[in-house]
Amino acid sequence: MATTTPTGAAALPGPVRPSPRAARTRTRVVGLVAAVVLLAVALLLSLAVGARPVASADVVRVLVGLLPGGTAPAGVAPADVAAVVDLRLPRTVAAVVAGAGLGVAGAVVQAVTRNPLADPGILGVTAGSAFAVAIAVGFAGVTAASGWVWFSFAGAAVAAVAVSLIGGAGRSGGSPARLTLSGIALGAVLSGVTSSIVLADPRRFDAVRAWEVGSLADRGWGPVATVAPFVVAGIVVALLVSRPLDAVSLGDDHASSVGVSVPLVRVAALVVVTLLAGGATAVVGPVAFLGLMVAHAARGVVGASQPWTIGLSALLGPVLLLLADVLGRVVAPPGELAAGLVTAFIGAPVLVLVARRRTGGAR
Amino acid sequence: MSALRPDDRLRPRADAGADSGAGAGAGAGRLARLRPRSRRAAATALLALVAVIVAVVALGLGDYPLSPPEVLRALLGGDGFASTIVLQWRLPRVLAALLFGAALGASGAVFQSLTRNPLGSPDVIGFSTGAYTGAILVIVSGAASTIGTAAGALAGGLVTALVVYLLAWRRGVHGLRLIIVGIGVTALLHSVNSWLLLRAQAEVALSASFWGAGSLALVGWSELAPAAVLIAVLAVLVTGLARPLRQLELGDDAARAHGLRAEGSRLALVVVGVALTAVVTASTGPIVFVALAAPQLARRVVRSAGVPLVAAALVGGLLLLVADVVAQHVATSPVPVGLVTLVIGGLYLVSLLVAESRRTR
Repeated sequence: MATTTPTGAAALPGPVRPSPRAARTRTRVVGLVAAVVLLAVALLLSLAVGARPVASADVVRVLVGLLPGGTAPAGVAPADVAAVVDLRLPRTVAAVVAGAGLGVAGAVVQAVTRNPLADPGILGVTAGSAFAVAIAVGFAGVTAASGWVWFSFAGAAVAAVAVSLIGGAGRSGGSPARLTLSGIALGAVLSGVTSSIVLADPRRFDAVRAWEVGSLADRGWGPVATVAPFVVAGIVVALLVSRPLDAVSLGDDHASSVGVSVPLVRVAALVVVTLLAGGATAVVGPVAFLGLMVAHAARGVVGASQPWTIGLSALLGPVLLLLADVLGRVVAPPGELAAGLVTAFIGAPVLVLVARRRTGGAR
Repeated sequence: MSALRPDDRLRPRADAGADSGAGAGAGAGRLARLRPRSRRAAATALLALVAVIVAVVALGLGDYPLSPPEVLRALLGGDGFASTIVLQWRLPRVLAALLFGAALGASGAVFQSLTRNPLGSPDVIGFSTGAYTGAILVIVSGAASTIGTAAGALAGGLVTALVVYLLAWRRGVHGLRLIIVGIGVTALLHSVNSWLLLRAQAEVALSASFWGAGSLALVGWSELAPAAVLIAVLAVLVTGLARPLRQLELGDDAARAHGLRAEGSRLALVVVGVALTAVVTASTGPIVFVALAAPQLARRVVRSAGVPLVAAALVGGLLLLVADVVAQHVATSPVPVGLVTLVIGGLYLVSLLVAESRRTR
């Protein structure tokens, strides 16, 4: 796996040069700041770009007007205000919440499975959520997002357990490629059934159909408002277990020897992935490859440290989903390409690259 | 990190299954040892018979149900209305299911033999999706004819095959890497397909997206006939290549020792294998997992060590026919057959992985 030395050991050589540890911390802080800047840019783009382009200065003025004590901005067309506030603000916030959830879920799932190919979408977790939501809408008569969120969580949890049983049943925890394949097989079954359920009664599933392909359009505030607390809670738990996760990602034996309870960390990771992937899916639908890309990018910047990786993933996830959503709005006017399809387009090559690097030569 | 090699793992198991099967019942085992060829022929004939029976039953299903004798009478041109229903409405679809399923099964058999991997079939490694991309490009460009669409699908499938192999190549094609790369390319092409459909004019997109999940609903005689001719030609080619395929299965060195030009034969097999998938995809859209499951099931039915071509084609036809019956009549409203095969194939893949992990523990 990662060959980086633990940060503690890196500080041992004498203080001749500026210590590698300080240099690394600087890289990490710079990375974090850069991610914040990127996020700001992505947010602005998401609010400004669309079928009705709005100048970014106007976007800022509209936003300032929304602050407590602010007034409606003069000189901005009411239609622009409506586009920004009523249409793009909810989907932007939805992208931030879902992106953060999927990004952190990707980092956690990669650490706990020690699998560089892992991602909540690729492992079938989001497909499990989507399946449960289809059941909720189709058979339990749930129509409001606040109701189907619970199904989404349950589906994510069941799928996560199932895929780890199928793919990791061997004592070694299964090889990365095997676990990945299990997730894809399970995801195929679940998404096939989901599509069948949706197609069987198109009218009832009007609300679900766009959602099924991972689109952020016309989402409104409902799902985001319901899900946001859970996603925040999931990220907090992820940060709390990030140090033990560091130990687990170096191997079960190593973790036990430094006094980390491996089963406990696994359960915590399952809870985190359920909250984050289930929550994100309830908002945006089954989106794959986002967590994969984000976790790899974050680790590439900050090195092998779970707290930093998770923190940076929470910033980069929204950046990527926002940009994917913006791109989806402009590539096929007057239609929109679902954000989930854009992330697949960008993320699939990452999967190919990682698979080339990590699954060894033809020995 | 231990990189598993499923090609080594899954393969001995299938062979071991055949061995233990042969050794299980003394009488049957002796029969299997003594006359494997005639046993295989009997199993293959049995498969063909089952396919015919299921086809007759399928012809009787629908809003206007017919009993098997009525179906047979209608096929022979009996009373007018039932004949119209059976010959004009139901027969093309049933024949298409059998024929296309057979083509997919044979294509899967070719690729699983070539990659020596049960998962190395065209639907898993992305050729079907690539063929679909090619077909959409032709349809969207407005030059849609059956031959044109098929040519586009073939080109798309071949290019995808080339790209997947190149990307998976690193000192040889490692089984699982090939599959993961294929899955990545599939996902990428899937987005491209959606984008192409979204950009296309509404009515074009509608007809193209209808077979987004692979459906036989739009296949009539006029669609079936040209595809059938192409598949027949390809079937002749595959039969001609069956012997080189068997020799390649034993390894390149053994094949060369038999005087075979290994690279040339392999290239011909890849082209024919992709073409079989492409013809089907051009007519129906991507139907997944038939090519994956049919050869493996066929191998268990006829207890063959290698991947049996004819039996794989028969099982493929049978699978797709059953899947289409399920797609039409089991759900409350018809769903694309591609979704049914997706679910069946996914479950099959899961069971494959579960069986494997149980054995390695």
